Amino acid sequence: MSENYFDSIIIGGGAAGLTAGIYLARGKASVLILDTGTIGGQMVLTHQIANYPGVEESSGYQLSMTMKKQAESFGCAIKSNIQIKNLSLVDEIKEVELSDNSIFRSKTIILASGGRSRMLNISGEKKFKGRGISYCATCDGDFFQDKEIIVVGGGNSALEEAVSLTKYASKVTILHEFDHFQAFEHAVEEARSNPKIDFIMKSHLTEFIGDQKLEGVKYKNLSTGEISAKNIDGVFIFIGYEANTEMFRDSELKLNKWNEVPTNDMMETNIDGVYAAGDLRQKRVRQVTTAVADGTIAAVGALGYIYGA
Amino acid sequence: MVLPTNLKHIASASEHAEILKDHENVMVCCGRMGPMCLPVYDIMGELQEEYKHVEFRDMAFDNPEAGVIRNIPEAGSFMGLPFTVYYKNGKVVAATSSIQTKEQVKEILDREF
Ligand SMILES: Cc1cc2nc3c(=O)[nH]c(=O)nc-3n(C[C@H](O)[C@H](O)[C@H](O)COP(=O)(O)OP(=O)(O)OC[C@H]3O[C@@H](n4cnc5c(N)ncnc54)[C@H](O)[C@@H]3O)c2cc1C
Repeated sequence: MSENYFDSIIIGGGAAGLTAGIYLARGKASVLILDTGTIGGQMVLTHQIANYPGVEESSGYQLSMTMKKQAESFGCAIKSNIQIKNLSLVDEIKEVELSDNSIFRSKTIILASGGRSRMLNISGEKKFKGRGISYCATCDGDFFQDKEIIVVGGGNSALEEAVSLTKYASKVTILHEFDHFQAFEHAVEEARSNPKIDFIMKSHLTEFIGDQKLEGVKYKNLSTGEISAKNIDGVFIFIGYEANTEMFRDSELKLNKWNEVPTNDMMETNIDGVYAAGDLRQKRVRQVTTAVADGTIAAVGALGYIYGA
Repeated sequence: MVLPTNLKHIASASEHAEILKDHENVMVCCGRMGPMCLPVYDIMGELQEEYKHVEFRDMAFDNPEAGVIRNIPEAGSFMGLPFTVYYKNGKVVAATSSIQTKEQVKEILDREF
């Protein structure tokens, strides 16, 4: 077979993709892992992982580098920071074309492109990223010493990060679209009892305002429709995640109404030889442990498909 | 004080000045070992092969000598790590704040160098 042919191509090199790669390569399959970004996926975005069994505490970066090293040591080929131009999933031999026109073929494909933080997609969001808008409290919190900020969101991340940002900010306003939070009770309690935190409920941000940097926001009260403006130095956005499945939306791959990939217990999708693993799947619990489990199961299924077991 | 990355580092203001004097095209990423910075170091590491006419360096944001980057006027409105600065003949030609994609970095490298 040509050097561009693999038993399995894995799309996404996060916890799920790297695990699938490790299991496939140890099963003597040839494997190519393709990733549009940095290998490690969301693990790299995680300062500290304390709930991965067997590893007392590790930075997400360290954990992902160990997984990458393991995958490489078993023989996986890995390409990061690539762009996929075309993807053909239904034929017996699957095909992936990259933006540099190189073409890779395989017998099986494992989709493991994970998820990403949702953006608000409102006016000014791109312009002020890094100039007042942030998605990482631990990275950028210290730029907001004694400043007033808004945290957008009402889940665990939003409330926990809002509390952690009170170390720096003089005042933190949590802005949320509902009249209640979707977080654990202890996280809500901690935020509510913090004297530096106040709340704007049942509201949506509608616009970011500023010249060189963020100076203010407009927001709409969803009950009354009233639009208000507020001067602010920073906005941190934690409004959940969405599956990275844009690339499959016009393909034969079945997606659910949230654009996640439904699978059966063996991680099989609706297309023969195509498996899905990790956060892009339709599932309730999205963690490193569950991504690793999905990757393992998908790889075992793919090995059976490759060797006709 | 240097970052534990695979890139070449800048450890002092004088080293920074020397690199700008000795090289026409320089890209410096000034950050920490945090989630928004690591992908940019990774992208720079990969682009080194392709852009041999560019010097790629990092510098630790918390190094007191990194004032040479933190305090440039172009970074006056920056509030997100890393600060990434592109120099041509010693002059700043572009600067970005926070995480960037490979496409965004390449767009600047192709445009400026
Ligand atoms: C801030 C934060 C903190 C977290 N903390 C914890 C924690 O403490 N413990 C825990 O267990 N979990 C934690 N999680 C969740 C955990 O990180 C994820 O559930 C897990 O990493 C998902 O792995 P994955 O491989 O499914 O997806 P991802 O990690 O999202 O990896 C997907 C990969 O696919 C790539 N990709 C995307 N689109 C494409 C494409 N079109 N083509 C090719 N490649 C593509 C991406 O670049 C990425 O590298 C946290 C997540 C975040 C964001």
